[in-house]
Amino acid sequence: MMTLTINGNARSFEASAFTVAQLVGQMGLEGKRIAIERNGEIVPRAMFGETPLVSGDKLEIVGAVGGG
Amino acid sequence: MDTLVIAGKAYASRLLVGTGKYQDFAQTRAAIDASGARIVTVAIRRTNIGQNAGEPSLLDFVPPEQFTYLPNTAGCYSADDAVRTLRLARELLDGHHLVKLEVLGDPHTLYPNVVETLAAARVLVKDGFDVMVYTSDDPIIAKQLEDIGCVAVMPLASLIGSGMGILNPWNLQIIIDTVKVPVLVDAGVGTASDAAIAMELGCDGILMNTAIAGAKNPVLMASAMKKAVEAGREAYLAGRMPKKLYSAAPSSPTTGLIS
Repeated sequence: MMTLTINGNARSFEASAFTVAQLVGQMGLEGKRIAIERNGEIVPRAMFGETPLVSGDKLEIVGAVGGG
Repeated sequence: MDTLVIAGKAYASRLLVGTGKYQDFAQTRAAIDASGARIVTVAIRRTNIGQNAGEPSLLDFVPPEQFTYLPNTAGCYSADDAVRTLRLARELLDGHHLVKLEVLGDPHTLYPNVVETLAAARVLVKDGFDVMVYTSDDPIIAKQLEDIGCVAVMPLASLIGSGMGILNPWNLQIIIDTVKVPVLVDAGVGTASDAAIAMELGCDGILMNTAIAGAKNPVLMASAMKKAVEAGREAYLAGRMPKKLYSAAPSSPTTGLIS
């Protein structure tokens, strides 16, 4: 069991260990143009598969939207 | 060809447009096409998690391969938040580092906080970003932003989303005269004549969103803005005739009149 704060919301997961890449896949964001910050540090896309998540991690997942 | 050169790269249009406040993405794209803009601003926001993962996105309609994306820091009220947002944008856009910095000071007026803006600009320039910076029409601050290394200075004509036009053309004139990097009016343009006047003053370009998206017919207004920016630019390059209260030199011959 693992708890992550994703975009300000706490979420619980059954698995006790997985990577950023696995989280992205689980959330249906694979192939989407996103950027991820983990505990205030950017996780480069190339590192998603090698970046393990730990309970308590705070993640920001962002994309580009319309703006002026 | 008369191009807008920013950070060593030439762009065919001097009109930069935002992508917010449109009815839908199809209208966004149609307005961009009518405006002729090559650079479009985008905002960086939290992704909707677990909701409509398959729904269309701005990127499907305005592909970053076809337009130069200018990620902004709209909604940021501190230098730290602005820097963080643009670092995420750079990662999101595969290392693309041309960005629009704006740090706001007040949610009611959206007036820029130039103290935080200067602080963020220092960090971003050092970090390798090409910073186009939104600021007030204070010529001293504009010069300081240039000295820090910003690639373009973008003073407001009037407040964001106000459509009030150019409130202080004299300050803009001083900025244009003192700053060597491109000067673009960003914010406040309401209609085509505002854009033409800014360009006639000698601005290098204009960035707008609400003036187009907030028009009754955004696509037609986008076309009007394209023409206004081009007309204003040509008038600036042509050099206007001096103003005189009256003229003793009529345009028609003074001889050969019938009597």
